[in-house]
Amino acid sequence: MKNHTPLWEVFIRPRNGLHHKHVGSLHAADASLAIQAARDVYTRRGEGNSIWVVPSAQIVASDPQAQDEMFEPADDKVYRHPTFYDIPDEVGHM
Amino acid sequence: MAGRDELFAALLQLADDHLILGHRVGEWTGHAPMLEEDLALTNLALDLLGQARAIYAYAGQVEGEGRDEDKLAFLRLELEYRNLLLVERPNGDFAHTILRQFYFAAFMKPWWDWAAVNSTDETLKGIAGKAAKEMAYHVRHCGEWVIRLGDGTDESAARMRAAVDALHRYTAELFTDTPAFKACVDADILPARDSIRPAWDATVRMVFDEARLDVPEVPFPAQGGRDGLHGEEMGHLLAELQYMQRTYPDMKW
Repeated sequence: MKNHTPLWEVFIRPRNGLHHKHVGSLHAADASLAIQAARDVYTRRGEGNSIWVVPSAQIVASDPQAQDEMFEPADDKVYRHPTFYDIPDEVGHM
Repeated sequence: MAGRDELFAALLQLADDHLILGHRVGEWTGHAPMLEEDLALTNLALDLLGQARAIYAYAGQVEGEGRDEDKLAFLRLELEYRNLLLVERPNGDFAHTILRQFYFAAFMKPWWDWAAVNSTDETLKGIAGKAAKEMAYHVRHCGEWVIRLGDGTDESAARMRAAVDALHRYTAELFTDTPAFKACVDADILPARDSIRPAWDATVRMVFDEARLDVPEVPFPAQGGRDGLHGEEMGHLLAELQYMQRTYPDMKW
């Protein structure tokens, strides 16, 4: 079963102008069946108007073992957040 | 000119086709070969039941004797159901189910297309607009599966050929117009069923060519559903379908 129906990652765009968002994965024999399966599994309640599917095997992921060196260095660099400005009242909500 | 009785009879044929096929496809819920297809089949069944419901509700209005969609769907006798024999055929394996759905959708898609544009009946026109879109997806989904099974492994191809052998003889009934139905055709309320033949032939031929399947010759097509003469499986189907309304009359969700 597994060899005949590889895993696909599904991305749905909820509305025009928004970006596609990862919603889950599914098994399908090929690209067009994967699109149909994504439609049947993930858009039953009007979740979107565009679907992307990508073979899961094609996704390159960061190494979970390397979390310390990849992400921790950003933790103490609060000055990278744009929160050190006084916003004049006239600007209103930003 | 189509009178009330003719329109009611024609609507019942149409609604019964959708209800019985919807029930059959619904039998797969929780039993499909994989989760993705389980949901796909459930979606197909829900499309059909939604169409059946709209048509029954309208049929009840046309009849004008106070029968609502539940009464028409659940509280008639077997002889009073006027669906095609094709739609009551048991699910068999996945190839049978998919092929039965493909045959039906390949017919209903162009039929609804005509009704959505040309019908002189505004209610039917409204139902047709939505149904045509749903049926277009059924043709696509089931057509893709017929191609993949027919042109797949030795086993899937053998199963697809067996499904064609078993079901093709039920397809001629799709194109048969009863007198009541003809009256509605003459009033431009409904498209003639035999006028759909070229479109259906073209769709089936295109998919069968890709699926490496032969369109069989059928010397003795099976007919009778439009006269209420059903196969023996129909009784079992109705027993399950009608159980709730018969046990708890007038029950509502």
